[in-house]
Amino acid sequence: MNFFAKVWTLVLKDLSLEKRSREMLSSMSIFALLVVLVFSFSFDLRVEEVSGVAPGVVWVAISFAGMLGLARSFVLERDQGCLDGLLLCPVDRSLLYLGKMLSNLLFISLTELVVLPLCFALFNLTFHLLLLPILLLGTIGFSAVGTIVSAMTVHARAREVMLPILLFPLVLPALIAAVKLTGGVLDGQPWGEIRNWMELLVGFDVIFMVISYLAFEYVIEE
Amino acid sequence: MDRWRHTHHSVLWALSAVAIGAALFLVFLVAPREAVMGDVQRIFYFHVPAAWVGYLALFVSFAASLLYLLRRESRWDRLALCSAEIGLVFITQGIITGSFWAKATWGVWWTWEPRLTTSAVLWAIYASYLTLRRAMDEQDRRARVAAVYSILGFVAVPINFMAIRWWRTVHPLVFEGGGSNLSPAMLRVLISSIVAFTLFYLTVLSFRLRLEWAHEQVEQLGYR
Repeated sequence: MNFFAKVWTLVLKDLSLEKRSREMLSSMSIFALLVVLVFSFSFDLRVEEVSGVAPGVVWVAISFAGMLGLARSFVLERDQGCLDGLLLCPVDRSLLYLGKMLSNLLFISLTELVVLPLCFALFNLTFHLLLLPILLLGTIGFSAVGTIVSAMTVHARAREVMLPILLFPLVLPALIAAVKLTGGVLDGQPWGEIRNWMELLVGFDVIFMVISYLAFEYVIEE
Repeated sequence: MDRWRHTHHSVLWALSAVAIGAALFLVFLVAPREAVMGDVQRIFYFHVPAAWVGYLALFVSFAASLLYLLRRESRWDRLALCSAEIGLVFITQGIITGSFWAKATWGVWWTWEPRLTTSAVLWAIYASYLTLRRAMDEQDRRARVAAVYSILGFVAVPINFMAIRWWRTVHPLVFEGGGSNLSPAMLRVLISSIVAFTLFYLTVLSFRLRLEWAHEQVEQLGYR
């Protein structure tokens, strides 16, 4: 099997698991919808122009729901002893990172598909095609860091608490850039004004994917 | 060995005491009064050295983490932990002194401009790093995972340093293009203060390393 086939097999494993249990996607989506609803209620009463807070709400909902998925990502493997099986696979351990990262990316993106229409309706936004690459790049950054941090917390005490504590400081730059970009596109700012945020986001994705890819084997080593 | 350790602690102590005394003298009695900001500007001689030592300590922690992953010797893990702790303290000091200075000159305690934003992120990363270390019991695994987190987190340090060079901001820039924007008298005071802070860092680090080493010995004996 070549490189891509190996990674794809790992992703398929997570997908078929999800197809049978239907646990992750449904809970992530419902949670994301609830976050948006809670924000919508709490801001509607205080803020004059609700659409102004929409980019922040979108990304908070995505990252909170994404965290739910990430928290399950490696714990699931450990509880059933699958982690040992994965480590015994005759593949480079960095591929395990890529596989897990891709399936996390996929789950979070699917959650976005569910929650974004609600955001657009509640905050009265107009869709713009440029939002798609921004969402994708933001989600890549989030799952690139999230996957390795999720693997780190598997053996920690109070790991449900540790995941957000470890994850948020690291992904803050990506979140800031994604919120700025989303807001800029929704407000119809010219591309020249928000371009440097795009550079920051792409740079973040590349740097953290490379470091995580290289460092993953140290995290997962038994 | 122990005797050597003892003398080298004492020497560091004495050196940093003398340097801190001299730096305080220079900062409050010799440095010229700044024309626009007045005496408030003297906080600069604490703010910049604190940030410098913060960067230095976090860099040492990063390098020690890399060395740990390559060599797997527990002394590198100890160095990574101790230096990160001290680095966090000095970053905190940099943020607090900066905040006082900002209140005096900008009129606000805090504003979300690039240097301050990245400083807040940096602070959060290392606070999380120390939390992570407390949440893992198994020494070997803790050392490995913490080293990886430290390497991921260190990305924020050069970004924090470059923030005022890449983006337009209200935060002043002292060193650029190999020169400085200070008068020679101020520069001399700043350098002496940086020397004093660095010696103090080395002193605290050597004590902290000794303490952590003793802590590990006690743990291995099972007396915890």
